[in-house]
Amino acid sequence: MKKTGAEIFVDSLRQEGVKVVFGIPGGVVLKIFDVLHQQKDVEVILTRHEQGAAHMAEGYAKATGKPGVVLVTSGPGMTNIVTGLADAYMDSVPLVAFTGQVSTNLIGNDAFQEADNIGISRPCTKHNVLVKDVGELARTIKEAFYIATTGRPGPVLVDIPKDVSTDKAEFKYPEKVSLRGYNPTYEGNKYQIKQAAEEITKARRPIIYVGGGAIFSDAANEIRELAETAQVPVTMTLMGLGSFPGTHPLCVGMLGMHGVYWSNMAMHHADLLIAIGARFDDRVTGKLSEFCPEAKVVHVDIDPTSIRKNVEAHIPIVGDVKTVLKQLNVYLRSIDGNQSDLKELRRPWWKQIEEWKRTHPLRYEQGDKVTKPQFVIDRVFDMTHHEGIVVTDVGQHQMWAAQYYKGSKPRTFITSGGLGTMGFGLPAALGAQKAYPDKLVLCITSEGSFQMNLQELSTAAIYKLPVKIVLIHNNFHGMVRQWQDLFYEGRYASSYLGDVPDFVKLAEAYGILGLRASKPAEVEPVIREGLKHRGPVLMDFHVDPFENCYPMIPAGGAQHEMMLEDPPELRKVDRGGQAKKKDKDKVEEGEGVLPA
Amino acid sequence: MEHIISVQVENKAGVLARVAGLFSARGYNIESLSVAPTLDPTVSMITIVTQGDDRIIEQIIKQLNKVIEVLKVVDLTETNFLDRETALIKIHTRPEHRDEAIRIADIFRAKIVDSSPTTYTIEVTGDVDKVEALINLLKPLGIKEIVRTGRVAIAREAAKVPTRREAQAAKA
Repeated sequence: MKKTGAEIFVDSLRQEGVKVVFGIPGGVVLKIFDVLHQQKDVEVILTRHEQGAAHMAEGYAKATGKPGVVLVTSGPGMTNIVTGLADAYMDSVPLVAFTGQVSTNLIGNDAFQEADNIGISRPCTKHNVLVKDVGELARTIKEAFYIATTGRPGPVLVDIPKDVSTDKAEFKYPEKVSLRGYNPTYEGNKYQIKQAAEEITKARRPIIYVGGGAIFSDAANEIRELAETAQVPVTMTLMGLGSFPGTHPLCVGMLGMHGVYWSNMAMHHADLLIAIGARFDDRVTGKLSEFCPEAKVVHVDIDPTSIRKNVEAHIPIVGDVKTVLKQLNVYLRSIDGNQSDLKELRRPWWKQIEEWKRTHPLRYEQGDKVTKPQFVIDRVFDMTHHEGIVVTDVGQHQMWAAQYYKGSKPRTFITSGGLGTMGFGLPAALGAQKAYPDKLVLCITSEGSFQMNLQELSTAAIYKLPVKIVLIHNNFHGMVRQWQDLFYEGRYASSYLGDVPDFVKLAEAYGILGLRASKPAEVEPVIREGLKHRGPVLMDFHVDPFENCYPMIPAGGAQHEMMLEDPPELRKVDRGGQAKKKDKDKVEEGEGVLPA
Repeated sequence: MEHIISVQVENKAGVLARVAGLFSARGYNIESLSVAPTLDPTVSMITIVTQGDDRIIEQIIKQLNKVIEVLKVVDLTETNFLDRETALIKIHTRPEHRDEAIRIADIFRAKIVDSSPTTYTIEVTGDVDKVEALINLLKPLGIKEIVRTGRVAIAREAAKVPTRREAQAAKA
């Protein structure tokens, strides 16, 4: 029996085991939504903006490892998911986005709500396809899921013209995919892995540097085994957090621009760098010419383009992280099973790292008048025992969350890394919550990011997704303000956000519990009450607007050249008074900042 | 350094855009580009002439390989290869210049493939040096228009001749 394209679409999703689709209907996808409406296997989450749908699918994918699925209409529906596609492409998130397209006979005629979906999405997808014939639909969907989830994962877009969804064809879902141009390498080169094992046993100051690839590859156990067998400290990138337990004695925390002092120093002084599923992003390396000057580099990655892109690899290994590490651990055990010898060899290295850690720990000074943002984040993690799924937005709060997070499970720290998409947090948290309705999902955000997608509070309310939103309310685009203080002589060009809206009232308007902590003493009670509440909560923490995030490697600086606190000239200025004065001027000039 | 890269791709809509887009998005340079189907009509061959140091060329090749529809990438510069280009050159022909134009064309074994009372169109095929040399000689006569195909290249079959890399290795 022949089926319509829309029916084939839904049957194909069933075949892929898709449980939930995030999206918004529109003219050319009505047929598909109509079929989805009449069945129960695939649930549709109606978001309030297509960008929200894309980030929700990302949150879902990052939390589960399964592909996130987006379904939107043509034209503006598609252009609104571009940020989500670009974000997923940068962070290697398996995403399959289905976009509606005008009927094939109208394509190219500037039809209503027509956009060149394929052309627009080409540079921000792993692959994209326009389906021109309903007979091709099932195979294309099969290939889309295959490409999105294998090799280095990434977003795939399938563009479905309206007539393809209404035309009929026999439905036969292909059993396997054969693409002659696509063959990801999973097994690493054995000789290279052996070489790496030898270098690891010889090194005196080795360090393991883990990126997001380790999480996609589910390699947490293998990394732990490697670190323990070889007695090597582990540092993680923002995307790698969760791949190694934050409380493990071999863990040295996050590295990079706002990484902890001791991990950046350890990187700079290492004689062997074991990079695992990481891509040497500029936020990690700092100044390339002074990056890890003494280190030999072992680089394991499934994507050959990541290797030798920024940093020379002495031992490049192209392959799946988990598969390669399993092999590497076997060699390591066969070379030398004696952990105590290795411990002895590296004792001075450990002593040095401990020394760095002791002299320059993370710190903030919490008084009793103004709440420090780090205090809120620190308390939230403490009171939730670093369990649950943490989803952040982008900016200072993201970096503090990363610094203070000590979680021990992969896929529990979800953030927008490569693209740095403000507005990612809330929808991604909702996506993660949809995947795990019973788990605690924290959305750590700040009002700059939050307001970029706050419309999804509706989605939270309607689908009863009980995310706990921790809003670090500092009246500024905090990271921008920090850079302006440090590098632009404190001129706050367009970084001041004012004091609108009232977030507690906003939450209430959506039927969500809103709580506010204006003083340090109110922080813990608010967290306690928020966590106790069964539905979604928005906790509004008013914090010191002028707190800066340290350590910081200034852009273009080398890894060991960290700023550790406000420079003296910044500490002298009464920035609070200055900003208030500036606000006052703005109000008088009618710039729309509301008086307190 | 100049590299000639031949890229076998699926003969499908949008593939060329993906390949070209990859070059523009990453700031790589395309000096010339030619595309045509191969013996297998489902496969097209793209020949790209590009510039870059070893690291950039390595990235270009890796990035090209990453494109789903790309089947095979060969940096011909690494091998012994043969490259050719065809140009159509339309020149002004005042009566006193016609003999000169024909003579120059003859020297280069080029053909006059079209003529009008005021112009000749000359077709030439050869390596870049030959085409450039012919253009330079024709310039004084007055060139009205030039169309060039861009270069195509193919590896030589003589396996006994050492490649440039082998030659370098042998020297070292």
